[in-house]
Order: sequence, then C-alpha cells, then structure tokens
Amino acid sequence: MPFGLLRFGMSRRYPEPRMFRCPDRLKPHYDAVIIGAGGHGLAAAYYLARDHGIREVAVLEKSYLGAGGTGRNTAIIRSNYLTAEGVRFYDESLRLFHDLSADLDLNLFYSRRGHFTLAHSDATLRTMRWRAEVNKHLGVDSELVGPEVIRRECPQLDLSCGGHTPVLGALYHPPGAIARHDAVAWGYGRAASQRGVEIHQQTEVTGIRVQGGQVAGVETNRGFVETGKVLSAVAGYTPAVMEMVGVRTPLEVHPLQACVSEPLKPWLDTIIVSANLHLYVSQSSRGELVMGAALDPYELHSTRSTLDFVEGLAGHLLELFPFLGQVRVLRQWAGLADMTPDFSPIMGKTPVEGLYLDAGWGTWGFKATPVCGKTMAHTLATDRPHPLIVPFRLSRFDEFDLVGEKGAASVGH
Amino acid sequence: MKLMRCPVNGWRPVQEFSYGGTVRPMPPPGECSDRQWADYVFHRSGAAAVKKEWWCHLASGVWFIAERNTSTDEILRTYLYGEDDHHE
Repeated sequence: MPFGLLRFGMSRRYPEPRMFRCPDRLKPHYDAVIIGAGGHGLAAAYYLARDHGIREVAVLEKSYLGAGGTGRNTAIIRSNYLTAEGVRFYDESLRLFHDLSADLDLNLFYSRRGHFTLAHSDATLRTMRWRAEVNKHLGVDSELVGPEVIRRECPQLDLSCGGHTPVLGALYHPPGAIARHDAVAWGYGRAASQRGVEIHQQTEVTGIRVQGGQVAGVETNRGFVETGKVLSAVAGYTPAVMEMVGVRTPLEVHPLQACVSEPLKPWLDTIIVSANLHLYVSQSSRGELVMGAALDPYELHSTRSTLDFVEGLAGHLLELFPFLGQVRVLRQWAGLADMTPDFSPIMGKTPVEGLYLDAGWGTWGFKATPVCGKTMAHTLATDRPHPLIVPFRLSRFDEFDLVGEKGAASVGH
Repeated sequence: MKLMRCPVNGWRPVQEFSYGGTVRPMPPPGECSDRQWADYVFHRSGAAAVKKEWWCHLASGVWFIAERNTSTDEILRTYLYGEDDHHE
C-alpha cells in the first residue's frame, strides 16, 4: 500500500481540502431549501448566492452529490433544437458553458466537437432542414449538409451503412460540445459552498409542510427544516415529491441507458447522432466511446442495465463504424428520464406558493444545467418566472399550450 | 431473457410485447370541463407503484392487462380486460 494512502487512512482529520463543506447538522431555518444535489440543484444554489445574495440555502440530497442524471448522461451540449423557445433557452446555456470553467475555477474538459445528426430518410432530412432554418433564424450556427461534408469531418463513418440505410445528409451544428458532467456538479457544489450554501448528503426529504397554500418547511430523515421557498430539482423522483403536496404532473419515468467502450486512441473528434438508428456516440478525453440509444420502452423506476440495450446499440454502431467490431464494452449504466408529453422541460412556479419545480428533464437535462440554475435562481429570488422559462410552466398542460420539442435526443422523427 | 405471460399465448419473451400505458378511466368527453380533459390527457400518477397497465402481444395482437411493480419490474398478474376477478 502506498505510504500516502496509509497516512490518509490513519489520519484523524481529513488531510486533503474538501470540495465542499459537510456540516454535521441541519439548521432549523433556511431562506431556501433545494431538493436534489445534482447539477441543476447545485447550479441554482450557486446563482442564488452569487447573483441574488441568498446564502442561507440548504441543498438536500438523499444519496450523494451528482448521483442521479447528472452523472449518468452522455454529456453532450448543443442548442440546435426545433422550437424557438427551446433554441433560445439552450443557446443561453451553451453561452454560459463557454466560460464556466473559469467561472467555477475548475477544468470541466469542455470540448467543442461539432455535432452531426445524420438523416437516413427523406422524412428525417425534412425535419433537419426545418431545424436548421429555425436555428439560423435565431442566430444559432446550424446547417443542413450533404454526405461530402460528413465524409470530410468524419472520414471513418461508413456513409452507406452497409448498403441498407445510406446517410442522405445531416444537420451540422459546429458549436456542439461535450464536457465532464461530474465536474460540472462538483464545480457548482464547491462554488456554492464557498458562498455559504450548505450541502447535506444522505438527507432525504420525506414530506413538504404546507400551511394555507404556502410552503412552511420540509420534513427530512434528519428532522424538520423551516423554510418559505423550496425548489424541487430531482428529475426522475419528481412525481414522488409532487405527490407529497398533491400536485399532478404529466411525467412518466423511463430508464435511459448508456455505455462506454474501452479507451481507444483519439480517432473521433465529432459527435455523431443518428435519429433513425437511435444512436449517439462521441469520444471522451479519456478515449472511451460514450454511447447512448433510445429510451427503454416502458415505465420503470430502476437503474438496472440490460443486455438488450447493448446488443441493439452495438448492432447500430457497427452499421456506422464497422471497424469497431473487436472493441469491448467497458461499463454500462442507466439513469431515470422523467419524460414530458411534449419533450420540453417543466420549470417555474407550482400551485403551492413557495414551491418551485425544475423537472421534465427526460433526455435533455445536462446541457441545460447552467441556464436552468440561473433562471430557477431568478424565479426563486423574485417569485416571478424568468422570461426564458415562461413557455415551460407546469400550467401549459392545463392550457393546452404545449412546446412540441421533437429535437430532443432519443426521440424518433 | 425476461418473460411475460400472455393470457392467450402463455409465456413469451418480453420483446414480443408492447407497452400501452397505465389503465386510466376516461372522463365523459362531452360533459367534462377542459381542465378535467387536460388532466386526463396529460397528467399521470408518475411515482413508482404497482400499476395496472395495457400491454399487447404483438405477434397475435392480443391486448390485455398486466399488474406490474414499476420499481422492480416484477409482473404480478396478467389477464384479459374484464377478467380481473379471476386470479391465475
């Protein structure tokens, strides 16, 4: 055993500086309580402290920091969505990501790659053209390209797909990027902690106390905490939290699986997505191919992995990159995707005063982390929804005013 | 391989089945308010529980009801619609 590790294990005090403070008890009162220490919850805590001076904030996490969707996604960042509401929102997130490493003083391995969404059919090509035109109109760098551009940017790709589903073109989005998702959560957590926010892991919220239609506090497995403002940022666990206060949501939870290959020498510097083949793949800075596919086909609140998924994904991957036949899968995992009927998130106020909701992140949550934190912090601090998130309010379903976002990942066209 | 019991065809691989959503009572479309209709169309009891669901055996086109635990994926019972009084 290395001496350093032995000394580490034997020492009474934790010998290394921690990323964030771990207070051993909950205070009886906080100005705001955030449920869920994922990227979204921690980002909201950070912007509450930094931009709005609200520092008496507790982030309560029933597991460990970044245990949910934050650490389980495929880390793709892009803004080439289909609706104007979606494009504006995600593009602001992309802008925030650009200098986030400097802002949080932590290397997030943010890496601009260029994002290709391949079209293997005329119908998909039409959707890509539609998305490109919406994107360009809103000032997002995005265009429809033919096979020659794809061949130039990704020469390893078999454009004929073995002859039976040839690639006809692609939606090309040069700003498409990847980043280290854990680092985003840790960076926000540390920066929030430095500004006075408390992060409590292993602290499960078991109830929300409401008095006269107004939030009065939260019950936890470590006792009651009084607060007038609660933000629920728990993605797949949202229905359970909302049922504590009797608020109905349109969420249906499905597992979304992903896997990585063994590390390879760098060969893939673009992000390749195929809507028709239900596949997305990029190569991480560690050399692993990070791969994902479509949602599991039925409701399930479990992060189990299946052989079905890897088999299906491998088949499609080999259609695009036949030379990967000998490459082994290193790990696979699943996350919970809280799907909405219109593939857009749910953000803003709820029928309960002082209870704010950040949910419906389905397959598109990681890329929204910065903008989501910023706009939810604004919403909490001012009790008015930020203009960027008004279209995503929960009441849109009661008003039949949906935001049909078919540009989301894992959604067929 | 995960198996599911079709009430007509017996035990079959789960890949042969398609999920049709939770069984939910429809309010009378002509009489309910827009709010009630929106609640029926969009909102769900989304938390994990034992749920009654529609499933279809694709090869034979048989629609039936399955009672399934949505946190463990354990299928407790399957039966044809209207036969829920009859235990296996």
